[in-house]
This record gives sequence, C-alpha cells and structure tokens, in this order.
Amino acid sequence: MTETKSSNPAAEVWITGIGLATSLGEGLDAHWDALNQRRINVDEKGFAPYIVHPWAPVNFDSQIPKKGDQRQMEAWQRIGTYAAGLALESAGLKGNKEILARMDMIVAAGGGERDLAVDCNILNSEAKGNSAPGFLNERLMNDLRPTLFLAQLSNLLAGNIAIVHGVTGSSRTFMGEEAAGVDAARIALARIAAGQSDIALIGGSQNGERKDLLVLYEFGDFNLTDKFAPVWARGDNSGFALGSGGAFLVIESRAHAEARGAKPYARLTNVVADLARRNHPGEVTATLEKLWSKIGRLGNNGAIITGATGAEPATTEERTFLGEHPDFAVRASGTAFGHTMETQFPLGLALAALSISRGALFPPNDPTGLEVEMSSPPTQIVVIGTGHWRGEGMALVEAIK
Amino acid sequence: MAATRDKFGRPIVVVTGMGVVTSLGSGKADNWKKLTAGESGIRTITRFPTDGLKTTMAGTVDFIPVEPFSSTDLSERLGELVAEEAIAQAGIGTKSDFPGPLFLAVAPVEVEWPQRQELGRAIGASTEVDYDAMLRVSGGGKFAQYHRRFLFGSVADHLAEKFGTKGSPISLSTACASGASAIQLGVEAIRRGEADAALCVATDGSVNPEALVRFSLLSALSTHNEPPQAAVRPFSKNRDGFVMAEGAGALVLESYEAATARGAQILGILAGCGELADSFHRTRSSPDGKPIIGCVRNALSDAGIVSDQIDYINAHGTGTPENDKMEYLGISSVFGERAKQIPVSSNKSMVGHTLSAAGAVEAVFSLLTLEHQRIPPTINYDIPDPAIPFDVVPNKARDARVTAVMSNSFGFGGQNASLILTREPV
Repeated sequence: MTETKSSNPAAEVWITGIGLATSLGEGLDAHWDALNQRRINVDEKGFAPYIVHPWAPVNFDSQIPKKGDQRQMEAWQRIGTYAAGLALESAGLKGNKEILARMDMIVAAGGGERDLAVDCNILNSEAKGNSAPGFLNERLMNDLRPTLFLAQLSNLLAGNIAIVHGVTGSSRTFMGEEAAGVDAARIALARIAAGQSDIALIGGSQNGERKDLLVLYEFGDFNLTDKFAPVWARGDNSGFALGSGGAFLVIESRAHAEARGAKPYARLTNVVADLARRNHPGEVTATLEKLWSKIGRLGNNGAIITGATGAEPATTEERTFLGEHPDFAVRASGTAFGHTMETQFPLGLALAALSISRGALFPPNDPTGLEVEMSSPPTQIVVIGTGHWRGEGMALVEAIK
Repeated sequence: MAATRDKFGRPIVVVTGMGVVTSLGSGKADNWKKLTAGESGIRTITRFPTDGLKTTMAGTVDFIPVEPFSSTDLSERLGELVAEEAIAQAGIGTKSDFPGPLFLAVAPVEVEWPQRQELGRAIGASTEVDYDAMLRVSGGGKFAQYHRRFLFGSVADHLAEKFGTKGSPISLSTACASGASAIQLGVEAIRRGEADAALCVATDGSVNPEALVRFSLLSALSTHNEPPQAAVRPFSKNRDGFVMAEGAGALVLESYEAATARGAQILGILAGCGELADSFHRTRSSPDGKPIIGCVRNALSDAGIVSDQIDYINAHGTGTPENDKMEYLGISSVFGERAKQIPVSSNKSMVGHTLSAAGAVEAVFSLLTLEHQRIPPTINYDIPDPAIPFDVVPNKARDARVTAVMSNSFGFGGQNASLILTREPV
C-alpha cells in the first residue's frame, strides 16, 4: 500500500484545469453534453472484429500552432499535447511563462506507434525467403523514418508538451498501463501536499485506432469483439474496446491557486494505490476494499467513477466490491470512452471534477441496473482504476468547502 | 547523537546498498577494478548480424545468459542482479520482503522483432502478412506470455514480486536521465516521510537491431568501429557519437534515522537532486545552456551547498559533439574558472551509454569514487578539444580527496537531472 499522507500538515490541493479531447469531442461543454445525452462514439467496422472508439478530429492548429511540431508527432502525442493545451487554457495558464517555467509535469504514457507498412514489408520479404544476415538491418536502415523514434519514445509526449506549451519545471514520464495514470496523480499530489511542488500538469493520452496496440492485447484475449455493449453488460463477451483521447489536469496547492485568483473545479483529496498479486480469486476485491478504507472519510452523498475495463476476472471482482457499497452511484467511464489505458485514471479524475463543478453526476448508461440515477449534487466522488492485468488505484475528489 | 535531518528540516537520505552490472562485468568489485584500470567494455556486436549497419559495436552484456533473448528479458534479469546485490549489501528486510517502494527506470517496453517474426511464421508463407493477419493469429492463448512480457509495467511487476517491495511500483522514463529520476523519486518519498527505505533500480538491455538503427538514423552513434574499445571519446576533439550499452544500477536508500537505528553501514548521502526540462528541441539542448545550468543549480540548492563544495563531477559525457559541448557550457557557467580545475570524468568512455540505466550506474560509480577516494578516468582522451578545457582525468585513474560529487544526466525530450552525493551529511 502506498499512501500520499505526509507527517507534516498537508497542503490542500485543488484541480484548477481540465483538458479533455476524446472520442466524444473536445472541451468540457462538449463532454458534459455528450455524457448527458448518453452519446457513445464507437467504430465496430474499421477494425472488425475489434471495436475501438475513434478520436473526434479537432483543429490541431489551435493548440499546436506550428505544423512542424505536428509533423514531429504521431497521433498519440498530438492528442496528448492538444489535451494538455486545453488543460492549461482551462486553468488560465496558457502563455503564463513565469508559472509554466516552474510547473511540474508527470505524464502517464504508453508509447510508439509503429510504421505498419515497414513491418509488413519486412515480414512478407522474410516469408518469401529473404533471410540473408543483415536483411532486417538494411530494411530498417532504409525504410524507417529517421524521426519516427521520437514519435515512439514514451517520454516524448512530455517532451512535446514542454516544446509546444513551455511546461518546464520538471518532466517525468510514468509507464505501466493503468497504474501509470494512478501513480502520476498520486506522486504529483504527494509532492504538492508535502510542499515539494506548487503546481503540476498530469495526464496522458492514447490513440486506440492502432492495430499494433490491438495485437498486444489480443495476445491476452483482452479485446472486445463483434458487438459493442456497455461495460457492465458484456457478460460472456468480456474485454475492452480501446479508447482514444487525451485527459490532462492542472493541480495546485490551494494557496498557490488563491494567490493567482484561480477558480477550482474540485479538490483532489487523496490518491492511493496498490499492486495485488492476483494469484487467487478475490485479491482484487480485497485490495479495492483496503484502498477504500484508506481513501478518507466518506459521507453519504458520494459517487464512484470507475475505469473498470470490462476485462475479466478483474471487472467481476470490482463488481463484487461495488456491491458492498450500494449507497454510491456508480459510473463506468469505459462505456462512453472505451479503455484509454494509462489515460483512464486521469480521465476519471477529470470527469469527477467536472461533475462536482457542474453540481450533478452525469446519467447512467447501463442496461444492467448497476448504475443508478443520482438526483443530488455529488460532494464526493471516488475514482477507481483497476488495471486489466495489474494495478489498483483510488482517488477521492471532493467539492471545495 | 548526529542530526537526522538536513538544514531544511527534511530527513537525511542515505545509501546503504548498491549493485551494478555493465559491459565491464557484474558487481561492484569487478566493475570498480576495471573502471579504475581504464578498461573498455565496448566490443564488436556478436548477438545479431551487423551487416548493413553503420555502427557495429556496443557495450553489450553477453555474459549473463537470457533464453530466449529479448531486450526486456535482459533488462529484467540485469535489474534482478543489481537489486539482489544492493539488498544483500544493505542487509535490509528479509528475503522477498523489502520494506519500501520500488522506483524503476526502464526502457519503454515493446514487442520486438523475434516475436513479430514468430507471428509472421504463424501466419504462414502462403498468406500476405499484414496487421489484420497478425491479429488473427495473436489470440487464443498461444502467445499469452507475450502480453505479460510486453506490458510496460512487466519488469517492475516482476521485481516487485521477487523482492516484495511495498505498494504500487513505479516504472519511469526520462530517457537518458531515467536512472537519476528513479533515485530522485526515492529521495522525495523518504523526505516526505512516506517510506523509511526505497529500492531504486535502473536497467537497460536495449542492444537489438531496431534500437541500434533508431539511434543511428538520428546520427547519434559513433561509427568508430575499429577498434571498438576506442569508440567512445568524451570531450575529445575527434569524438563522433555515443555507443549504446547495457547495464543496470541499484541503490537502497534509507532515512539516516532508520539506517542508524538498525545499525546499517552508510555508504554515502544522497544530498540533493535537481531537474529542469528543456523546451528548445526534441534532441538538442537550448543553445544558451539555460536548462542545464538551471538543473545543476537546482541540485546544488536542493542539497544546500554551493559549487565550491563540489570536488568531482561525474559527467553525462556521452561523447556526442553536442552533449559534451553543452555540458561544458553548463558546468562552466555555474562553476566559473573552477570548471577548468575541477576533475570531470566520463564513465561512459569505458562502459558506453547505458541509456535508461546510466543515471543509476553512474551514481553507484560516484559513490565508489567517494568510498575509494579515487577518480575513474576518461579514456580514449588523446586529442583534447580546445573548446572544452575540462580536467577530464585523462586515461588514468587518480587518487584525490573527494567529499562531494555531482552526477549529471541529460536526455532526449529535454530531460535534465543532476544528483549530489556526499560522504557525510552536509
């Protein structure tokens, strides 16, 4: 168990910026409307039998003004850099050089989109008997775009955010699927709470329209196939549909926010995380229960936004946990957004802060009845991130008193 | 009783265990002997055919068998070895029960060519290979082990289980500064009082054809293939690039209070960490050197010392024309005239550039420098670059009084990190 609580009186931390650019569109109003209309943008055909949530195109120029910068990135980096710009804008920090130069950054990243044509040409040539020593070397030397590597490197999303938006206080990239998103929030919060940092940009991005990514998850039979269904209604057809999107947040100490007159969306009170071995049934449920007991004092007007993936057995184990807490209205972000992997937890934080700031929880989107209506404004939202294979995390997002 | 907190009131962070593997060998003793003898671990690559490549040498770790080979499996094995060495030296916890979190610097994990070729074979020669065909053969459990293997978190997951570290392990990449960042995360956790101990590991087993080609296409690698031992020439006028290398480093960090309470031997102090990102370019430093200068200054101020108190700099010193020039600009801007007197040497001249591992490997060597009061040389230094008038400790190790070391790491994507290591609390 890893906790963020420090022995010193911890600084209160606010969420003051949210940037969302996903399969549902860009910006907070578009997302709020889509969620309230129960809109889902899903592609059942383009990658059939696999299902993905395609990114909703934007005008990149508005956040990444230089075409040269756009060309230097692959889609996942463009999506993330775009969403990071929206978060800075929402925090009122776009172009504020003084603050950006000392702003810390933790990005949760996967990595490299491959050049599919290069891969396939090589494999086809090899299948036709081209197996001379050095054949692979020669093809790679000749066919790979020299700068493709930079579009693949995990830490180059953060690098691009530094270049395009000027965030340079520090640049850290966490990897490790869903847990990376949890830990990005956990460490950034812990540093601010302990006075090691004043303000941080956290988040991640994914392009789900990627066959090379589908291959990795297909190895483990994790892809949702054939027909889309909401997360809780997948039954025997378990798995996740890869999502596309960027989710970034600006978090800062209350004192820092007040000094610059920033308007908060919500408070990020606590983030906890653990790594269940998952050798035996029930370990995920027990770990979530343990995290729940550490997350903070919970009242009777709370909700849960979970990144439950739809992959088994983790989702069924999480469902057992949720069954123990029936007073909390539940929403699964995976239904509307698909599974954005490293980004799912920051996305959950963003949706929680948005809901609290709008004084309502968005409506259920679930034919099984697990998700129920919530009529009162939520004052506490617990964000859950249960990795499809490893990693469990939880955050408490609260209305500011 | 000695103070357990530094001048800023934070818990003092000490090192109680270290482990290292490089192309020179396995373990601290072997590495230190060869490092101070000025030996090179760079050799001609035999792991795969090098036909058609401009660079045919690297600092490979071939003496640790991994079957079947993948860069991720080698990274994991090297990480295990150094963590074992560090934990054994620290004598902390019990077997498989390390009393603190894991911070792991690791190269981004990806499916590699042998696996891709295996999919190609599974498709069969009669079918055109495309990613749809690959997807059709990927499922059903036949390749389930590759899902486990090629998740980004897989190495940390394995090390966390093997050593019983606590909580959610963090896998991180700050490119060639990753090793230093892993240590910085450990220092910060202990200073926050979250943990009394942290296991910081950095590992890299990246020498495979595509990785080599990628750096080669960016014109980052030395092509001085013969003799390979002379390829890495940091700070020399005829330097022509870095040399990829494999290795790993690990530190057991503890609060001074916890270490002394259990009677542990203290190997050194992690006095300060600094970082600052560069927004100039994806692979090049800002020409004014400001991010490097700021990073070095941040490390000094975090340690609460001034540049005069540093008496050795363990350079990033990759041997690329760009890095070494910028490192001189950064150091000379902070250290002034002293930049010409203070010893500045590059371990990479001997072990090559261990990429994600470099920051931790060089932190271990910095601590060994403090312990032995002997500075490892910069080898292959035959033609000085007049634009870089460092005392690079040319070609031969030197005995010296060393009380505080600065170790620098810089990486693609504007990553800069510096560590300050001392013998005694400052």
